[in-house]
Amino acid sequence: MKTLRLERLGWIFMRLSGVVLIALIFTHLTVNLMQDGGVKAIDFAFVAGKLANPFWQWFDTALLWLALIHGTNGMRVVIQDYVLRPRLRKVLLTLLAVSTVTLIVLGTLVIFTLDPCPAGTPADLLPSFCPAV
Amino acid sequence: MVDTAARETRTVIRGTLYRGHEGMWSWVLHRITGIAIYFFLLVHVLDTATVRLDPEIYNTVMGAYKTPLMGLGEAGLVAAIIFHALNGLRIILVDYTKWGTRYQKVMFYVVLALWVVLMAGFLPRHLAHVFAG
Repeated sequence: MKTLRLERLGWIFMRLSGVVLIALIFTHLTVNLMQDGGVKAIDFAFVAGKLANPFWQWFDTALLWLALIHGTNGMRVVIQDYVLRPRLRKVLLTLLAVSTVTLIVLGTLVIFTLDPCPAGTPADLLPSFCPAV
Repeated sequence: MVDTAARETRTVIRGTLYRGHEGMWSWVLHRITGIAIYFFLLVHVLDTATVRLDPEIYNTVMGAYKTPLMGLGEAGLVAAIIFHALNGLRIILVDYTKWGTRYQKVMFYVVLALWVVLMAGFLPRHLAHVFAG
């Protein structure tokens, strides 16, 4: 009974997060791959410039959490569909859970602790708003 | 070696309502694109996390994404994401509307058509960034 309720919650989550992820990821792709120089324009100055803005901090946090939880739940279903040996199944599911928690914590820390103007870095590598040394 | 009995069983099953038709292929593609996107996501969180280490390290890591080969990989990634997104919407319509099941085949072709349109918008621009920029 309890498992069923949890499965139903996961089923609903996949659909809700899916719709939100479409908006988040299409925006992410437009800003990072379509605008200006596309992938060629992505460097420290670009990322640090974005993450100095609270809007992009929370945007990226939502993207990180939703994408990882959505992807992890999908991979859980795939593992449960194909891996029938109990021990291997348990190992893979544990690995999946550990990597997801690790990446969510790591990613969130990076988003909120990044210094956009680290000392001792040549100005041409930094966002334009960094004070001249 | 497939023995005769197994081959006969397979022949009998093929051509049912589900097997070999749009519903099956949309499921197969949804699963394959989902798994591929998940593994990219793992790598992507890690490569982005190097932005916290040092500007020059991050720029070096990002350099790996700017090669022609990786540029093609990014095109494949976006192709997978767009299909997964559109087919996800199709799944939601099948689940939540009265008419969804009746039109699931038509909607699969709508998904493919929209995929072509969106890729036509993305691909030339991305390839120009990768190969001309």
